[in-house]
Amino acid sequence: MAVTTSRIMPWTPAWRLDGLLMILLIVLMSLGLFVLYSAGEQEIGLVWRQAVRLAMGLMVLIVVAHLPPRLLQIWAPWLFVLALILLAATLVFGVGRGAQRWLDLGIVRFQPSEAMKLALPIMLATFLARRPLPPRWADSLLALILIAVPVLLIVTQPDLGTAVLVAASGLILLFLAGLRWRLIGLMALGLTAALPLLWVNLHAYQQNRVLTFLNPERDPLGQGWNIIQSKIAVGSGGLTGKGWQASSQSHLEFLPEPHTDFIFSVLAEEFGFIGVIGVLVLYAAVILRSLYMASRCRDSFGRLLAGSLAMMFFLYAAVNIAMVSGLLPVVGVPLPLVSYGGTSAVTLLAGFGLIMGLYSRRRFMDRL
Amino acid sequence: MLARSVNTMRDEQAELGVIGSRYRWLVAVVLVVMILLGIRFATLQMIDHDLYASRAEDNRIKLQALPPNRGLILDRHGQVLAENLPAYRLVIVPERTEVLTETLDELSALVEVSSSERERFERQRQRSRRFEAVTLKTNLDEEQVSRLAIHRHRLPGVEIEPYLTRHYPHGPELAHVIGYVGRIDQRDLQRLPVERYRGTTHVGKTGIEHQYESVLHGHPGLERVETNAQGRVLRVLERSAPEPGENLSLTIDLSLQQAAVEALGDHAGAVVLLDVASGDVLALVSQPGFDPNLFVHGIRSNTYNALLSDRHRPLFNRFLSGAYEPGSTIKPFLSLAGLETGAVTPNTQVFSGGHFQLPGHSRRYRDWRRGGHGWVDLEAALAESVNVYYYQLAVELGIDQIARELALFGFGRATGLDLPGESDGVLPTRSWKRAVFNEPWFPGETVITGIGQGFVVVTPLQLAHATAALAGRGRTAAPTLVGNTEPVQMVAHGAAHWDAVFDGMAAVVHGDSGTARAIADMLPTQIAGKTGTAQVFGRPNDDQERALLDEDALPEQLRNHALFMGFAPLHEPRIALSVVVEHGGGGASVAAPVAAQVMARALELGY
Repeated sequence: MAVTTSRIMPWTPAWRLDGLLMILLIVLMSLGLFVLYSAGEQEIGLVWRQAVRLAMGLMVLIVVAHLPPRLLQIWAPWLFVLALILLAATLVFGVGRGAQRWLDLGIVRFQPSEAMKLALPIMLATFLARRPLPPRWADSLLALILIAVPVLLIVTQPDLGTAVLVAASGLILLFLAGLRWRLIGLMALGLTAALPLLWVNLHAYQQNRVLTFLNPERDPLGQGWNIIQSKIAVGSGGLTGKGWQASSQSHLEFLPEPHTDFIFSVLAEEFGFIGVIGVLVLYAAVILRSLYMASRCRDSFGRLLAGSLAMMFFLYAAVNIAMVSGLLPVVGVPLPLVSYGGTSAVTLLAGFGLIMGLYSRRRFMDRL
Repeated sequence: MLARSVNTMRDEQAELGVIGSRYRWLVAVVLVVMILLGIRFATLQMIDHDLYASRAEDNRIKLQALPPNRGLILDRHGQVLAENLPAYRLVIVPERTEVLTETLDELSALVEVSSSERERFERQRQRSRRFEAVTLKTNLDEEQVSRLAIHRHRLPGVEIEPYLTRHYPHGPELAHVIGYVGRIDQRDLQRLPVERYRGTTHVGKTGIEHQYESVLHGHPGLERVETNAQGRVLRVLERSAPEPGENLSLTIDLSLQQAAVEALGDHAGAVVLLDVASGDVLALVSQPGFDPNLFVHGIRSNTYNALLSDRHRPLFNRFLSGAYEPGSTIKPFLSLAGLETGAVTPNTQVFSGGHFQLPGHSRRYRDWRRGGHGWVDLEAALAESVNVYYYQLAVELGIDQIARELALFGFGRATGLDLPGESDGVLPTRSWKRAVFNEPWFPGETVITGIGQGFVVVTPLQLAHATAALAGRGRTAAPTLVGNTEPVQMVAHGAAHWDAVFDGMAAVVHGDSGTARAIADMLPTQIAGKTGTAQVFGRPNDDQERALLDEDALPEQLRNHALFMGFAPLHEPRIALSVVVEHGGGGASVAAPVAAQVMARALELGY
């Protein structure tokens, strides 16, 4: 029946895609390709490769949107365990410069931490939705352990940025589930107390990043260089920007990684404050639309999972934008759907697929 | 099973309510964060925009100095005395090397890098900006350049750069006149205007190079260039060409300079040849010289120490700073003083019996000829250099009057030649001795002043200048190397006085008993001259003992300095000269032939 409906009206819920969110996402990605052309030294090949990846990501989105939520709940433990095994394998067989983040599967290089970004929320949502909500103390503790295991594995790689994001997505899910404020307060206290312990366990380069973030001029030609040059790029853009392909900071190679982590600086330099506000509004629209959809899902599982995925996208965007403007240390988080690079875009689009799929199964009453 | 499902159904409503309230929190967080980010960008892009815009420009645009080419130094006929030659230097961009220390070691094996070059490289590297080339070695020879070219592909960051280097084609012959340029050092940095010396590595250190630095240096140009973060120049935005330094024509005549060097031969000494009317310095020699080219590229310390410890002191500028007793070359000037004050007339006869004694003193002041010269008038006294005549004249004049008269000829003060480091010499008076030694003046000191000994010392340049004043009958210009001085009447005397002294000086060379009669044959025309001998410290002071010395048998460093001063032609003189030959022995036998050779050449060239 779903098949027949979709044949007649492709944008009906049976098609399981959300028209508004799709349009917002496509606008955002197109804008990203546009900026990428300028930031990637006007190399059209680079833009094409990224466009192909995004197209693949959209296909993944459509496939994922059609997965029945029941199936997800059944698969959840297996997906989670598989992701954990892959993460552990990364520690042993992994490849990568400085940190072991990749698994070389011969044809493709695969980043298991990306899989965990989806596997953990699915697992948590499944687990919590079966228990009474708000979660009891014991359930909360179990959920925290479920979060801690993959996060610790990712930290060991080491990939602090991803670990923080994965942890945050899990915690947000717990928060949505109604985690008691008392417990939240306790956790905040515990985290504050653990900070010094965390600090001494950080790698030297991670400590340096944080110190340099607190005072970039401490090492203006080394660690501080990225932050300083990025702020110069952003600030020199002014209200209206220098114009497309006119960013001196990126074209003269002062800005590091202009087509990946610092692509937002290029955007800010070339399109100015007006461009920045435009993109911020676009991101806000995507996130708010996703949150709205998530809150309308049929059951707790859907609301928990979709909400945490929407918030993960928000975290990506906010962390990256805060980083390039010097509000956060350089943590190597790309700008979602805009930065050059395939893995995270595919994960994020799969996340939107889940959101749309879950939303499409909302109660009939809610559809009116 | 059923109960549980009902239970679940009931719970779900409440649960969805909980989740719903949490959503409102998340929406609030998202909105607040987005607004905060918006405020952050508003601050960076609008409030602080000017700051970051100028920092972006500073990033992008660099000012590059284009150092000016240094002016050439030419002789009076346009012969090049200092030029700029293309050369190659080895520079390193430290950021582009793989491992800097390894690259340096490898380069040391290829082209021999001294420890001082490496130290200088380190110092400069610490001052330089990112991706700036730092010089390791200058003035590479052809073999080094080709060896580097072969190995350069595996030495990233190493470059061979062309530049212009100062070169002195005549090396030691003019070292004390031209001087040399050297690397700008810490002291120069404090002294030089930063703007004008942007990009310049060398500055005049001594001689003409130092004296006329502001003329020779020129003004640097500037290039505003756009560079990338690696410091590579992408394009030139604006360029103002450097203004090269002016060429400087000296009054020196290279061929006369070379003739003077040749005439001095292996002797240490000085020759100064002046144009009487204009004060132009035609030849200016201090022997031995040194190779100024050694200093341009940074002299090696062992080479420098060898120069410093050389017994003949090649770095010492004899014509400018050498203080010599004038010996008998003072006699023509004393003669004029005597004539002027009426102490003697040209016809005054003085008896030379071999020695002179002050009334009431036992010390005997000797004539150079044992047994004396008999009765002599002024002409004979000059021609034969009769000491007794001048002992007596000096005593009659008194030291203060001598000083007054000699000062008119410029003795006792620097001539003002345009070279740094000129000495004043000493023209003693009673008050001078009181001030310097805190002692009274003794009469015996006046006696020996009569033959140019004692406290009086002159530089060869002063002697030549005084001789020019004499030749011009009191009128000459201050000595100059660029021809910018005007003649002035320094001394006024009646014509008869000049004639009398000129006759005596002519007789020195052309008279039958003249001390320098041996050189008459070497000269194409009549000249005037006077020989002199200056004492050297460390010789026996006792007259008796000294009289027994055979000058030629003495070890060289104890021999007297030989002097000669003179001008030519005798009538209407155009050139004046002084010669000092250190440890040459007698003025007549050693200095006079040198002078004759130089004068003959000058006259031959039409001066």
